[in-house]
Amino acid sequence: MDSEGWASGRLAGSPGGDEALARRLKALACTAPLHDLDARKNRLDWADASVYQMAEIGLQAIDQVTIAMDFDHGASHDQVVTRLLPFIAAQAPDRSQNEHERVARWVLECLINVGSLDRGFRAVYGVFGADGGYLRRTFDFKLLVELVSPDGEVYLRTSDEAINVLVGALDTDVESAQIAAEVKLENLIKRGRLSDAQVAAEQARYRTVQYAEALRRKLEATRRDVRAVDWLNEVPDLIAEALAHIAARYKAENAILANITQARDEAEEPDRKRRAAHLVELVRDCIRRHTQLQARLQTAGQTFRTEQDRQQFAGTPQRATVDLFGQLLVPLLRLPAGQATVPTAVFFRAAAGTTQPTAVRLTSLVDMLLTPPRARDPLGEPVPEPELAPLPDPDRFSAQLWDHADELLELTDVPRRLSGLLAQARSIDSDLPHLVALRALHAVSPEIGVAVRQGDHALLVAVDDGTTLADPQFGGADLLVGVATLNNAPTASPAEPKPHPAEATPV
Amino acid sequence: MNEAIHTADAADAARLIALGLRPKQLPARDLIYADLVRRYQQDPVFADLVEAVAAGLGLAVLAVTTRSGAVLAAMSDSLFEVKIDEYARRVNLRDRNVEKVLHGLIHLAVAALCFPRPDDLADDTYVGRVSVDQVDQVVREACRMLEEAAAAAEENPDPLHDAPTLEQVWRVYARRPSAAATKDGRLAADTTRGMITKALRFLTDQGFLHTAGDEGGGTFRTTPRYQVQVRELAAEQAFDELLALGVVAGGSPTGSLLRTATEDRDV
Repeated sequence: MDSEGWASGRLAGSPGGDEALARRLKALACTAPLHDLDARKNRLDWADASVYQMAEIGLQAIDQVTIAMDFDHGASHDQVVTRLLPFIAAQAPDRSQNEHERVARWVLECLINVGSLDRGFRAVYGVFGADGGYLRRTFDFKLLVELVSPDGEVYLRTSDEAINVLVGALDTDVESAQIAAEVKLENLIKRGRLSDAQVAAEQARYRTVQYAEALRRKLEATRRDVRAVDWLNEVPDLIAEALAHIAARYKAENAILANITQARDEAEEPDRKRRAAHLVELVRDCIRRHTQLQARLQTAGQTFRTEQDRQQFAGTPQRATVDLFGQLLVPLLRLPAGQATVPTAVFFRAAAGTTQPTAVRLTSLVDMLLTPPRARDPLGEPVPEPELAPLPDPDRFSAQLWDHADELLELTDVPRRLSGLLAQARSIDSDLPHLVALRALHAVSPEIGVAVRQGDHALLVAVDDGTTLADPQFGGADLLVGVATLNNAPTASPAEPKPHPAEATPV
Repeated sequence: MNEAIHTADAADAARLIALGLRPKQLPARDLIYADLVRRYQQDPVFADLVEAVAAGLGLAVLAVTTRSGAVLAAMSDSLFEVKIDEYARRVNLRDRNVEKVLHGLIHLAVAALCFPRPDDLADDTYVGRVSVDQVDQVVREACRMLEEAAAAAEENPDPLHDAPTLEQVWRVYARRPSAAATKDGRLAADTTRGMITKALRFLTDQGFLHTAGDEGGGTFRTTPRYQVQVRELAAEQAFDELLALGVVAGGSPTGSLLRTATEDRDV
């Protein structure tokens, strides 16, 4: 632009001046919702909100969402609210937690701009057109965006505008900015300036998030639209680049991690130690994000191959038809909204099929109108409470067998050999030996403590004294089976000493 | 016409049209319907009669086959027409036009996703699958590509403040949130996903889609009726409208969603 006519040049739409101006106006507009928070807080009728620094809470909210953003999720509303609570509580410790939560939700809703149709913000700015005329344009932007996860939950992500508001001037080449930040970080740590190092590390993390976000978009595009993406050069290059990036970052971050961990362990001041510890966490988070990114990159190729298999089997066209996507959808998207009304309405009318008009017959209408309304319980029929009873255990042994076994095992002071018991049982019923053997086995080292607590007076006890069992059906040790009397009420009836202590063994 | 038309023939013709107006009735499940379809296919006099009766009602016969039944389309201002104004009923009158454009666009996107290649639209045996997620993601992806193209062309995409109708459709769509949390946990109706769900449910009620599952926010299969409707009428008419607006987009037999085969070979 020549020096004499800068003013007229500007009016005539000098691209440099106008663009910079428009950029600054847009940047300014992005901060407006945050200022609005403080301007509107006094109008809240549910609390005296003047103690809260709303813009600060808003920035914290954007911060929290950004940090929670990873490869395919962001933070849910509740998560963000929970994370905001400590910051809000610090501003007004004497208010109730209920109010804090309400403030958090209010800030969050304002940042999403829940009331508007597009859930976003709009600013008007002026530019000079090519003919020097002044044009008002609208700039639409969002700070927090709501998205749906594959399982149908709504979660939040920060928009690019919000990231730019949050950590200014991030709109640079991600890769080079990242390297610069890492070098800076390394230097700072070497020189022991932890507070600066923390700032640099935080910035590095935001860049990491931004990088992952850029890659996520490309990969997502690839996954849903294989045929529109250049898989010969573009995507393989991208994946290779990303993998190289991850490899480099791993190396750098692990080196930094070792450095800071050392700094943390050697630090003596508590504040310095705390900062170093925070830095360690920060860098670990970065490494975690890289791991996630790498996993995604590895599955990308496979996604492409399966999609290709699915989509490649198509014969040649059999008749001339319209290419719905390329010839209708994309041209329509390019049209101004005003012009698109007719074609979209035409397509809708033709594709929506037919409707059945209701034809009124007077007699049915009269009947319908005269029918008294049916009284309807808004809650519907009462739901009968099902009686849930556990199924009875299928009994392996009949009650009669149990009775027999009880009789057999009602032993006196003298213990009996299992072999004898089994022989006697066999004479009563062919199935009884099984039950007796099982009960005898159950009686080997029984839970005396439980029996005492239950208030049992006697307990079946079986002891192995080394004798081998000689039986046609069973093998093992010929147990000595006896009954131990339990002295189970030392506190309830201390005056009545039992002959055997609780730890009694068969005599 | 040599053969005389009897009153009974007229009744049969009207019955075939009445059956065609019930989208869920199929010849395969109804003997009388199947008979009438066969008669339409084999008796040109009867076919003419059916078409004449339909024309009188303000309907066009798009196809009569055993797979699809009688597929009818409402001509403009017909009694049987589904009006977009009624479909896109909203309280806010100011945005009504934009709302209508978005609804129409979403219907077009659903069709484009059901039949991604021209081939799929032409192949009578093709059954398309579509889900809420797919539609939203593909349209957003198309918007993103248009945005990139606009950025590459160094255009200022921001619309003029006093002429909002000059704003390009892709910007309107891209600006609209895909989902929004509501107090009762349901899908917000004015988000794009809400609108897509509405479109897919509507098409299911019209007998054009079948529900096929819940994955991807709801998955649907196409019916032969939908294919006929889109191929024989909707796509042609919308294409003509675009031509009238001077928008001409060239097509390739493989479709614009597809890359050329030579490039794929080496991958």
